[in-house]
Amino acid sequence: MTFYGFLFYVISAAVIGSTAIAITRRNMVHAVVYLVVSFFGTAMLFYLFGAPFLAALEVIIYAGAIMVLFLFVVMMIRVESPGEVMFPLSQWLPAALFGLIYLAVAVVMIFRTSGTQVPLSALTASPGQFALYVFEHHWFSIEVISTLLLLALVGALHLGLGRRKNRVEEEI
Amino acid sequence: MIVPFGHVLVVFGIIFGLGVFCAVVRRNLIMIVLGIEIMLNAASIAFVGAALRWQNLEGQTFVLFILAVAATEVSVGLAVIVYAFRQTGSFDPNNFNLLR
Repeated sequence: MTFYGFLFYVISAAVIGSTAIAITRRNMVHAVVYLVVSFFGTAMLFYLFGAPFLAALEVIIYAGAIMVLFLFVVMMIRVESPGEVMFPLSQWLPAALFGLIYLAVAVVMIFRTSGTQVPLSALTASPGQFALYVFEHHWFSIEVISTLLLLALVGALHLGLGRRKNRVEEEI
Repeated sequence: MIVPFGHVLVVFGIIFGLGVFCAVVRRNLIMIVLGIEIMLNAASIAFVGAALRWQNLEGQTFVLFILAVAATEVSVGLAVIVYAFRQTGSFDPNNFNLLR
């Protein structure tokens, strides 16, 4: 095993572990902070796979913006700890069984398919190359994305302001 | 040389499964949206791995789109959650039966 391979396994274990801890927390602030740790690990995986620009975006957008948005919502609203009850055994046992079957079949399929044993070679796409590629081949999709983000902004504003405006009208 | 491509796919599958588990099992709207985030993140890991496997920048470009869709989804989704919380005072999806 090479040094990069060793790094890959260590980072993957950290990512899977922190994600598993995050999804089982009752306290949502703890869950969000564990997920930030998981996203940092994902950013390191991206860097290992030769995508430094995407690694930076992962830290800035996922770990920075999205998770802070979650934290704001969790802190803005007082969460009465709802007694989350586990589903009864008769309900989740079949689901777990089918899930495990699919997981086993998927792993077997991945390792029996030709081409998945190919070792990845360490290669890096610099941000300049990446930007050139994106704006040569996908400039229209980038414009569509900007429209999508504008739409999200308008939608969030509409949802956030709608009720208050109604209340003002009622008072009048 | 890093690792075989299959190992990347296995890591992707495990993280995606954790996301599905979170979105299905938890009875809390914020945790459901978190599960969807985990699934999108797992998909982007697979895309970057595939980009390295075929040495093609198409996969990395797609991760850019995934990032934008995730940001859109989370902003609108959290706005809807806050709106629903104002209506019903709860995060439990079982309580959102106003149309009943």
